[in-house]
Amino acid sequence: MKTLKNIGLIICFIGFTIFTASIFTGTNKVSQEIFDSWVSQKVKSKFFIEKAQKEIVGKELSAYQLSSKIISIAKESDAFEKSQEKINWNNIIKVKWNKTSKNFVYPLVRASATGWVPKNQGLFFWLTFGLAIIGGLMAFGADYKLLGPAGIKNNGIFQHSATNRGIIGIGAFAFFVIFYVLLYFFPNYLINPILSVNPIKNWMNGNESDQWFLYGFMYCSVMTVFAVRMFIKYRHNNYQILRTSVVLFFQIAFAFLIPEILVAFNKPWFDFKNAWPLDYDFFFDLGKDWSLMSQGQVGLFMFGWGIFLTLVIVPVMVYFYGKRWYCSWVCGCGGLAETLGDPYRQLSSKSLFSWKVERWLIHGVLVFATLMTALTLYIFFAEIESWKELAFGISAYDVQSTYGFLIGSIFSGVIGTGFYPILGNRVWCRFGCPLAAYMGLVQRFKSRFRITTNGGQCISCGNCSTYCEQGIDVRSYAQKGENIIRSSCVGCGVCSAVCPRGVLKLENGPEDGRINPTEVLLGNDVDLLKLMNEK
Amino acid sequence: MEHIVIIGNGISGVTVARHIRKLSDKKITIISSETEHFFSRTALMYVYMGHMKFENTKPYEDWFWDKNKIALKKALVKSIDTENKQLVLDDNDHFAYDKLVIATGSKPNKFGWPGQDLKGVIGMYHKQDLESLEKYAPNNKECKRAVIVGGGLIGIELAEMLHSRNIPVTFLVREDSFWNGVLPQEESEMINKEIIDNHIDLRLGVNLKEIKSDANGKVKSIVIAETGEEIACNVVGLTAGVSPNINFVKDSSIDTNRGVLVNRFLETNTKDVYAIGDCAEQKVAIDQRRSIEAVWYTGRMMGETLAQTICGKKTAYKPGHWFNSAKFIDIEYQTYGWVWAKPKENEARFFWKHKDGKKAIHVNFDKTTREFIGINTFGIRMRHDFFDKVLTEKKDIEYVLKNLANANFDPEFYKQYEQEIISKFNTENNTSIKAAKKSWSLIFNRS
Repeated sequence: MKTLKNIGLIICFIGFTIFTASIFTGTNKVSQEIFDSWVSQKVKSKFFIEKAQKEIVGKELSAYQLSSKIISIAKESDAFEKSQEKINWNNIIKVKWNKTSKNFVYPLVRASATGWVPKNQGLFFWLTFGLAIIGGLMAFGADYKLLGPAGIKNNGIFQHSATNRGIIGIGAFAFFVIFYVLLYFFPNYLINPILSVNPIKNWMNGNESDQWFLYGFMYCSVMTVFAVRMFIKYRHNNYQILRTSVVLFFQIAFAFLIPEILVAFNKPWFDFKNAWPLDYDFFFDLGKDWSLMSQGQVGLFMFGWGIFLTLVIVPVMVYFYGKRWYCSWVCGCGGLAETLGDPYRQLSSKSLFSWKVERWLIHGVLVFATLMTALTLYIFFAEIESWKELAFGISAYDVQSTYGFLIGSIFSGVIGTGFYPILGNRVWCRFGCPLAAYMGLVQRFKSRFRITTNGGQCISCGNCSTYCEQGIDVRSYAQKGENIIRSSCVGCGVCSAVCPRGVLKLENGPEDGRINPTEVLLGNDVDLLKLMNEK
Repeated sequence: MEHIVIIGNGISGVTVARHIRKLSDKKITIISSETEHFFSRTALMYVYMGHMKFENTKPYEDWFWDKNKIALKKALVKSIDTENKQLVLDDNDHFAYDKLVIATGSKPNKFGWPGQDLKGVIGMYHKQDLESLEKYAPNNKECKRAVIVGGGLIGIELAEMLHSRNIPVTFLVREDSFWNGVLPQEESEMINKEIIDNHIDLRLGVNLKEIKSDANGKVKSIVIAETGEEIACNVVGLTAGVSPNINFVKDSSIDTNRGVLVNRFLETNTKDVYAIGDCAEQKVAIDQRRSIEAVWYTGRMMGETLAQTICGKKTAYKPGHWFNSAKFIDIEYQTYGWVWAKPKENEARFFWKHKDGKKAIHVNFDKTTREFIGINTFGIRMRHDFFDKVLTEKKDIEYVLKNLANANFDPEFYKQYEQEIISKFNTENNTSIKAAKKSWSLIFNRS
């Protein structure tokens, strides 16, 4: 079994290596046809077109060379255009590190890729995703025997380099962060990985894959492999099995399949479970030709659904079941945190200091998201163009794109997931997600959900706190015999699972008595209990 | 300002300190030679197993003590001079107190076995034991086999710990079935099986004769008294129970027996000296409890109670209904009320075991009045609240079984066995109990 596990790990590693190494292989050859079509959509400047025509078309260049050339020509072109007496702003390309590569350079690099990979996409898929998935399943499958009889098996977690911020953990951290930076800002360097899933995209709705399809497909594959790990690790625990199955289902069906199918039927791409303010750009397109409102009845329904989801379904469900119904049963971010992130949950900080930071950050993001959306709605109703300056040289578009960059990309992606191996999973959910903040307020003040503490049974061992991904010091409540009512609790149920004495139970019940501060625990003298707990 | 000095920073000492702080401004010092800060002794096993870091075993962050003005002193108390109200420390310094709380806990028993002090012989109680274990049994290359002597809760925990690092374990148990002085035979057999299923070499009904040394004063092997069999090993764990850690009290005016003798108010015979937790011995045992209780929560409860007395509201220690819990490798155990290893005259028993062999309940009730006396539950979690109320209100067995769903504390979506349990009881007792519907108001209505 140990051998099987190692073989699995090696196969998986080979898949990842091919996937990663492919970034550095292949060349680009921009044909006249590709060049003309790209230029007609992207560039007005004659200077740029002439120079690029000379330096790029027909040449065999690596993705890096091609990208650098385009950017340096764009810079020259901007300098030239700005030096004209009468500046034609339409000719300016405006080079920005976080925008130009993905919006301007990427389409050309994507269209002009040549080499082995573009010609053998199907095989390449099997060499990357295929090997990684099969190897991963073998490695985790072997745990069925290796972990021994069903039960809590956290043996060696703090002694292993991967799960205790060792070399492997730091390597994974670097890998995640670099991947997210490339994905969000430099997809022009991910062409071969993007091509690996192209046959699937073609098959699904006839379109060409892009970085977001790659991300979506990776997301589902990673979650599936790690869900199998969860099924094996928690095979004695129905709550974990059911929760993992449901969150995996919502990811694959609602975040991946349904949107792609909608597109195949010429309907808008829409994730029915993604609620504002997590879905921060829900209102951005209002008034635009491509907004949901202007896409027929289906679009109108989606728009209405989105609002109904945020205003009615979310708070009502949180009232009855706590925010766990979303965060650890439905949400994609939560889904990744609970599968890929599960091996890192013990790394979240439980200090009071982190709790303070957490409250400022997450509620800060909620305020930011709300103000930004208010501004978006204001300019829609006041019929102001989004690029128009409103005050201090800032336009609504500036606010939106700042949020998108800082929160939408850097916080939720690069930090939120990249830092799993350092700060524990759920970095985003704990410190940044505005929807989590919103639901947290409901959960804290108006909900039936609580984690019940079982009388005086707690022995303060601290397994619950250690394995709380949200950094809640569960023990500090349990050892006082107090129920855990915390806005940040996502109800993953692991505190209850790892408790060796059966002290914790997630449940929904009457609001009365939900919060039960105690001085003395059940089991001591009845008079003392009365004296101290009821004053 | 009155100076309260507490010897011992375990759960008892820390609880009394915290509660005194809540109630007063008294000066508080906690003295310990084991560690600088309070940690959870029950979690030491998880550090070795890699579930936790030692940091994670500390229930309070390090700033907590300063913030709450609880002074911590790392020192070993050598003796107590009650006449001058001062302690003599290991560096022969004197340390004055106004009121003294002895909360020094236990130490592992050693019964004078030959070789019991060799290198590689360890207990599993103190932080230092964890460090020794890490030294002598870091992996199965260094430690080819470990032998554990003594079949109690610490013994099985130590077996689980070593097993987690794939170190072969031989487990010597004096009784003819694991922990059968406490557990009825059915449960005891279930745990025997759990131990064996985890590939631990369980030897029942055997005693240790001697531990043999190699040339370097390290453990080489042990010999079993009954059979004379010699088992080669690198580590020997002595887990044959614990006894009060009170040697330093013996020469003082404070009365001791096995532990420091206290009355119901946790006062010793000497004015302004109290004892709580594992090291305290009740002169007259409370109800059916033992006079010395080495249990986490009784230490805590004594701390909660004594703080009242020290802060001017004299309060007797009156623990409520007995309860306890443990985990035997993968099988969780809880108990509420009393289920003796052997039924008493007036007692009837009902036992149910799931076919997977890992879940069971054993209910004890009065033959004639049908009053519920206690329950052992294995692999199914139950609500403390529920049984505490049942015991206080002296409900009968029928009530308990009828409302068993309300007692269930397993996570959501777990399979429930109330129907199966009730129908077995009905068949055996010619009754026709029907399960009542789960009632939130019953579950959450605190007494």
